[in-house]
Amino acid sequence: MVRLFGPLVGLFFAVALIWSFGNGAYSAISEPAAPTAEHEFHLHPKDVKFASDGALGKFDKQQLQRGFQVYKEVCAACHSMKHIAFRDLANLGYSEAEVKAIAKSWGTKQPTFDEKSGERAERDNIPSDYIPTVYYAGQGVPPDLSLITKARHDGGAYVYSLLTGYQEQPAELLKKFPDSKTPDGLYYNPYFANLNLAMPAPIASDDQVTYSDGTKATVDQMAKDVSAFLIWSAEPSLDKRKQTGWAVLGFLLAATVLAYLAKKNVWADKKGA
Amino acid sequence: MSFAWAKEYKPASGLTQWLDEKLPLPRFVYNAVGAGYPVPRNLNYMWNFGVLAGFCLMLQIVTGVILAMHYAPNALVAFDSTEHIMRDVNWGWMLRYAHANGASAFFVVVYLHIFRGFFYSSYKAPREMIWLLGVVIFLLMMATAFMGYVLPWGQMSFWGAKVITGLFGAIPLVGEPLQVWLLGGFAPDNAALNRFFSLHFLLPFVIAGVIILHIWALHIPGSSNPTGVEVKAESDTVPFHPYYTAKDGFGLGIFLLIYCGILFFAPNALGHPDNYIPANPLSTPAHIVPEWYFWPFYAILRAFTYDFLFIPAKLMGVLAMFGAILVWFFLPWLDTSPVRSGHYRPLFRKFFWFGLIPTMAVLFYCGGAPAEEPYVMLSQLASLYYFAHFLIILPLVSSIEKPEPLPFSITESILGKDESAVLNATPAAA
Repeated sequence: MVRLFGPLVGLFFAVALIWSFGNGAYSAISEPAAPTAEHEFHLHPKDVKFASDGALGKFDKQQLQRGFQVYKEVCAACHSMKHIAFRDLANLGYSEAEVKAIAKSWGTKQPTFDEKSGERAERDNIPSDYIPTVYYAGQGVPPDLSLITKARHDGGAYVYSLLTGYQEQPAELLKKFPDSKTPDGLYYNPYFANLNLAMPAPIASDDQVTYSDGTKATVDQMAKDVSAFLIWSAEPSLDKRKQTGWAVLGFLLAATVLAYLAKKNVWADKKGA
Repeated sequence: MSFAWAKEYKPASGLTQWLDEKLPLPRFVYNAVGAGYPVPRNLNYMWNFGVLAGFCLMLQIVTGVILAMHYAPNALVAFDSTEHIMRDVNWGWMLRYAHANGASAFFVVVYLHIFRGFFYSSYKAPREMIWLLGVVIFLLMMATAFMGYVLPWGQMSFWGAKVITGLFGAIPLVGEPLQVWLLGGFAPDNAALNRFFSLHFLLPFVIAGVIILHIWALHIPGSSNPTGVEVKAESDTVPFHPYYTAKDGFGLGIFLLIYCGILFFAPNALGHPDNYIPANPLSTPAHIVPEWYFWPFYAILRAFTYDFLFIPAKLMGVLAMFGAILVWFFLPWLDTSPVRSGHYRPLFRKFFWFGLIPTMAVLFYCGGAPAEEPYVMLSQLASLYYFAHFLIILPLVSSIEKPEPLPFSITESILGKDESAVLNATPAAA
């Protein structure tokens, strides 16, 4: 039965596939897919290195602090960071007092609700609070940035490329795709998937922030620092993960060598295998 | 079960003697994976993957049970509770990475286990039942993995759930009500997430049960081996312990080195970035792709792009995708060659290495690629070969192929000669 029906079922699927293939090939030739501006002008992220890259990479805490400063003074106006609590900032090398001060002076306050009087009010942030979410009224939907570098291919490099990638729409693009002119209120950026985004270049000029460690705040430097900070915010345990990894691999290597010697010993009297 | 020369369990101490009379659990283990189970002496490293698959299941159950202590299966908080595990639970990041990559490792190991079975025809008599149970385990694994991927409630979780449950909508007449019933709503939401969590917790224990049957069925004829020649005498075998426990220990070490390398140094390499974006029913990702281990079957699903003989393309795709796995159930009866091992089957070997393996590679690649040309046409050609291989080529090859001469026995294949086997040639006792 199986040997009778098997080949018939096989033929059925085969003919259906040839049918799909033939139709697909015909329409691919008769009406080839039109090229799109996104397809031709979208760029892959720039090649940029971060201290945390690679199996031996570790965060540069000084850079993370600078990146946090850029986030606080530039990004935080529109973008939330809801998975990070102020206490987590101790990981960047801030002292307890500094963390308290950062929380207390944070622009967006914690909403409170008095159940007796029914009054709504605000209070200062404390280290155990998560960074308050931002309500954005303008055009577009600024995504929460806590996980942004994990949520995009080539996370850190993507953020860096996007921040430094704003430019005039190329004349070549408009010549080829006259309908693809960047609409009013949007900005052209070839590193963004559909080329036009609602966010204007957030880091527009040198010295937009003033670094306390003396690093010159060029656009490139700020973009790199905030990208490094966002790699941290997406995975604060990254350093610990790699450290643990080396210990685990070292142990496993030793155990595997022992297991190999044990296996060799056990099989010594049996030829083969 | 097992062979006449299998060593018998002898309790050494008073305690084990007492236990052996009341509940002979040590005897059971001794006969199952101890010195009481004679195994062919010529197994190569492809025979390590059964034990490794069992290890992966245990790993998934242990990490999964602990993750479930911290996870909240509610559409409002599921995503955040996953991040809570990553950030605030002690070693939570390691547990979650171990579990997510553990699923990938489980599939790698099981795919190798299955392809071992394909090459050495492990499915042939008298081992059909082991094979059938194995396919059942694979189907259960797919269901479990799919539902597990939904739990973090990211974009791919949501849209993956929507696409896969949408497949049931392709069934004529009952499709749409069935889909609504399965999801508990018109789209994946809290009801679906909750039931997926419940089933994701349950199914691994069902898998464990079927694995017990799988191993039980294995112990009746005993393990197959690379020559495909059945065990004839004691000299063909070695006791499972210490010979294969030692070999599996080494295999486990190699496996753990690779697995931990990925876990600690590239834990997100096998996942999709979109799943770190919270589920949003109003925003469809540009490319919806399942986890990598489903790519070959996803490619088959998407290969059917035109209605065929009044059958809608979507239904054809669904039939073909499930058919691609169901066909494995019939392998023992499609491949009729009396020779088991691919080593002695010249024609079969060619179709295996130059047909099936490249086809699976193409399907794998196309399943992860966007649904554009040339990937669609490539997956159509590869799907065509896939079905032809199992349903047409395999039966044909079996009938026209002239196998190469087999060794007299396992012992002869290793030592070059086998005097004892000639003298003691006795059929294996069941």
